[in-house]
Amino acid sequence: MTSVPSPSLAPPAVPEAAVAKARRQLPVRSVVVALAGLFLLLVLVATAFPSLLASGDPSATDPAGALAAPGAHHWFGTDQLGRDVFDRVVHGTRYSLAIGAAATGVGMGAAVVWGLAAALLGRFGDAVLMRAADALLALPGLLLALMVILITGKGVVGTTFAVAVGVAPGFARVVRSQALVVRRSGYVDAAVGLGVPRPLVVVRHIVPNTVGPLLVLATLTLGAAISTGAALSYLGLGAQPPTPEWGAMLTEGQGYLDQAWWIALFPGLLLVGTVLAVTVVGRYAQGRDERRSVS
Amino acid sequence: MRRPPALLRYAATRLASAVLVVWAAATVAFLVLQLVPGDPVKAIVGSHALVDADQRAQIRHQYGLDQPLIVQYLHQLGRLARGQLGDSYQLQQPVKDVLADQLGPTATLALWASLTAVAIAVVVTLLTTGRARWPRRVAQVTELVVVSTPAFWLGILLLTVFSFKLGWFPVSDTGDPRSLVLPVLTLALPIAAVLAPVLREGLLGALDQPFTLTARARGLAEHRVRSHHALRHAALPALTLAGWFTGTLLGGAVVVENVFARPGIGRVTLQAVGDRDLPVVQGVVALSAVVFVVVAALVDLAAVVVDPRLRRETGVAAA
Repeated sequence: MTSVPSPSLAPPAVPEAAVAKARRQLPVRSVVVALAGLFLLLVLVATAFPSLLASGDPSATDPAGALAAPGAHHWFGTDQLGRDVFDRVVHGTRYSLAIGAAATGVGMGAAVVWGLAAALLGRFGDAVLMRAADALLALPGLLLALMVILITGKGVVGTTFAVAVGVAPGFARVVRSQALVVRRSGYVDAAVGLGVPRPLVVVRHIVPNTVGPLLVLATLTLGAAISTGAALSYLGLGAQPPTPEWGAMLTEGQGYLDQAWWIALFPGLLLVGTVLAVTVVGRYAQGRDERRSVS
Repeated sequence: MRRPPALLRYAATRLASAVLVVWAAATVAFLVLQLVPGDPVKAIVGSHALVDADQRAQIRHQYGLDQPLIVQYLHQLGRLARGQLGDSYQLQQPVKDVLADQLGPTATLALWASLTAVAIAVVVTLLTTGRARWPRRVAQVTELVVVSTPAFWLGILLLTVFSFKLGWFPVSDTGDPRSLVLPVLTLALPIAAVLAPVLREGLLGALDQPFTLTARARGLAEHRVRSHHALRHAALPALTLAGWFTGTLLGGAVVVENVFARPGIGRVTLQAVGDRDLPVVQGVVALSAVVFVVVAALVDLAAVVVDPRLRRETGVAAA
């Protein structure tokens, strides 16, 4: 055992050093994750009780005070109709968040049925369902979303379904491969051997063990779903003005970029902040998940 | 019987799978668009026009809408095979001409955006795989922020700062080449932010490989080891992102053309959705499926050029 190891087979760096490195990183990481979590908490409060954070009326107009710059009275300024941008951004949180969350939920739900069916229905069903997923994945996501909106019509509900259709096929693939692994595992064999009816095996053992690991992945999808939903609203297909949805606010604000940058700045800033916070928390959860499954 | 040469077999398989993808996309589009509610005749003549039953029947006949669905479907596939896409409901011209007119601006935008994205990703990768750790940290955080920024807001931000505040670039398309800069950046930055981490991981992995040691032992300068040997190796995993890349470019074009008021396929698509101009939507689906297939073929070819190990499997000789 004295041969010179080749570089790729070199033993890992001194463990103590790696541990020390991890310790050094830890505070910064946890601070960032904590900040992201705090921000998400604020976002949730703004979703459930917007009046706690912004007491004003988001649709109260004041033509005399239109296009006022951010200041002590209007933190984020006012828009072309004199509406307070801060009030609107806070009250708009629920639309952007709800579209993203509902779309992720609906998309995941569909994907679980889709993927499980592919994994459990035999070779022919599997082939048909997975080729359908491939066909949908070959199309640009936004194009697919636009086609769904043609069917459902414009609006919040249509947008939610459009985003969900974008989420589902990719997830269905993951669900399928996870279900295939679970189906061949020892405890499923044991349950079948003990004479547990097949539908009960699916519900009790296969579904929970397939879906559980996906919940973390869903967090990461949530950020993208919020972003896509806002994009559709920006394009005029989702929430319609005067709804204070962030994407729709950006469309309104874009007409005043030369005089009042704040109308379009703050909704976008909140959108980026939310997506970023969801991603940071999601990645943290994913990392913890992986560490747990390793140990 | 002698087996056909590997290259021929490879090309035949590729062609078959390409046709399959285009067929599947066209079929999905046909089925999905059957679910669109409302009378197509209204989309054709406008919702305010009064048409009697005779005219209605005539219009339906003209667009083949009076045929059974299966006939419409086969008819459409036949047209697609001949490179035809039918007539637009709204624009009184063949969909093919509509798309051909708008392809130029979008292709220019997409091409420049891809080049810019790849250039940014490569430069960032080369700059952040050195010994020092902080450039990598800075890059990772920046990438995360850029990826989390929706393209439409990035575009608005760039417009506010560089067009309205600094006045460096025109606000909308003026034919001036400078009017291309901000749209290209808006489209390229998020792509670069996804590409760079993949390239970096590949490059760091490649630097641990025996062939890097060999190259260094031959006395090559570090920058040559990186750009000629390691980067090549790192390009392979990045190439697998090409499908996603193409889709993002097309979806991004819809958004970017709207933010910057540029003409192009994205604009036409959005308008067709608003007007329920189904043949145009169907045409865009067919077009993007063809683009997807062509890009996939080019990527496979690029992989063979980049990685000599693949040449034996495919029988494609080195160029």
